[in-house]
Amino acid sequence: MLKQPIAALAEKVRSGELAAAELAEASIAAIERDDARLGAYLTRSFDALRARAAELDARRARGDDLGRLAGVPIGVKDALATRGLATTCGSKILVGPRGQRWLPPYDATAVTRLLAEGAVLTGKCNMDEFAMGSSNENSAFFPARNPRDPSRTPGGSSGGSAVSVAAGMTPGALGSDTGGSVRQPAAFTGVVGVKPTYGRVSRYGLVAFASSLDVVSPFARDVRSAALLTEVISGHDPRDSTSAPRPVGAFVAACERSIEGLRIGVPSQYFAAGLAAEVEDSVRRALDAAAKAGATLVPVSLPHTEHAVAVYYVLAAAEASSNLSRFDGVRFGARRDGADLAELYERTRAEGFGPEVERRIILGAYVLSHGYYDAYYLKAQRVRTLLARDFDAAFADVDVIAAPTTPTTAFSLGEKLDDPLTMYLSDVYTLPASLAGLPAMSLPSFDAPPVDGRPSLPVGLQLIARAFDEETMFRAARGVERALEER
Amino acid sequence: MTSPAFSHDAVRRLARLARLSIGDDDAARLAGELEKILAHVRALEAVDTEGVPPTTHVSVDRLPLRADELVVSLDREAVLAQAPARAQEGFVVPAFVDEG
Repeated sequence: MLKQPIAALAEKVRSGELAAAELAEASIAAIERDDARLGAYLTRSFDALRARAAELDARRARGDDLGRLAGVPIGVKDALATRGLATTCGSKILVGPRGQRWLPPYDATAVTRLLAEGAVLTGKCNMDEFAMGSSNENSAFFPARNPRDPSRTPGGSSGGSAVSVAAGMTPGALGSDTGGSVRQPAAFTGVVGVKPTYGRVSRYGLVAFASSLDVVSPFARDVRSAALLTEVISGHDPRDSTSAPRPVGAFVAACERSIEGLRIGVPSQYFAAGLAAEVEDSVRRALDAAAKAGATLVPVSLPHTEHAVAVYYVLAAAEASSNLSRFDGVRFGARRDGADLAELYERTRAEGFGPEVERRIILGAYVLSHGYYDAYYLKAQRVRTLLARDFDAAFADVDVIAAPTTPTTAFSLGEKLDDPLTMYLSDVYTLPASLAGLPAMSLPSFDAPPVDGRPSLPVGLQLIARAFDEETMFRAARGVERALEER
Repeated sequence: MTSPAFSHDAVRRLARLARLSIGDDDAARLAGELEKILAHVRALEAVDTEGVPPTTHVSVDRLPLRADELVVSLDREAVLAQAPARAQEGFVVPAFVDEG
């Protein structure tokens, strides 16, 4: 039941064919059955879920219109504030001295918008601490596991949200994507993950990691459901000064437009050394299917791609070192007392932050420090401009760009944990669109076939569009999805 | 960009700036990891950025200012209820004014 498209489920609840309470119970049963094994949830909110579903059913009986997500269960990444529902951002630093997790006094705007359309929340999804990681292994609590093969990572940092959708616990979920944290786990678990244009979705209530890059981003099982969630959470919000005052497009309607005549750019730099053969094969076959459906494939060049990892890790670390200064043991979460204020800060932060967060804070402090600022931080900002110009030039000739989402399929838990740089390098295909602020998404391509005892694993096809042109991105995505369904 | 060897002391100084207390073992480990990451970052030196402006933020539109109007903010009691230590109507911190 939970694997049906979101619009179909909401329609059934609105028409009375299905009770919101039944849908909620199905979600609870799926989580209770599978989550001990998969680790998708840090906090479950089943009491509140049941109460809200019952309230929705009562409202429907009175004749209320429940909205476009009527009764649809949604998992929310623990990086988003949820009023009265524990929020830790995957970190012990938001767990207080008596073990109590932070209870936000407000909802993130994206959450408010989901609730206004009748969605119900199942709980808070597992993640890498402060969204820093690509495998969910940096969660301060426990790693999430890939439903396709639990010895493998579901990706990160929004690993729990991806698992919730991939395992059929909820039809949709919210994550956040700073450098690929929704697209990469979507690719690894075989679902759809959408990073809208920077500024399209309010960041109000999203715990800040790298403010110039963070985007609240949804997961769903199919393109049209993902388009619907994106449409619901998008739009200007006066509470986020970087939120764009632009009308939201018709993303769901765009899915119905044919891809005949669509020009799809294929960047050579994304099919270079380091790309696993089974991923390349899968993505090229999906592109061939799109071409047969009437799209035109056009070779394009994004020459600065190789520098994206270096640029990202300088800028994201710098922004994080500043943003995370608010976790100081005074206003919320953990506290270790000290003789003076400095000692209180140092002890609280040393105890509250895990190793990856410490590493990035110190890296950020370094690249921002006197004597190194120009050489690292300013240099990275200039190369960021060149990365954005690469896209501008490519979009002179094409409507959308297609590439692999990740260079490999899901890797094993523990495989890259001791080598931060290797972990960072696995983000090479998702970082450029983040740095340029462009909308990008991952949708399932053909599975990679089983080899040497490894099961067949999902592969993600990434689509990147012009800023604020999510409509073309969804048109292309649904076109590819349709072409793959028809084979 | 010169190639600064990431010393123990440099890591400890940065940790102090970032208000993180770290032990000797962690300082040694971090020095090695950061050196490796920065070696990769130094490849940016080879990119010609002459005359290229830095991107601080990708804002396609000019972002509007909010109207200067009073709005209700979060309830004080709700916010203080989440503090690890509070007294009366405030957050508790160690004394930081030397009255001697």
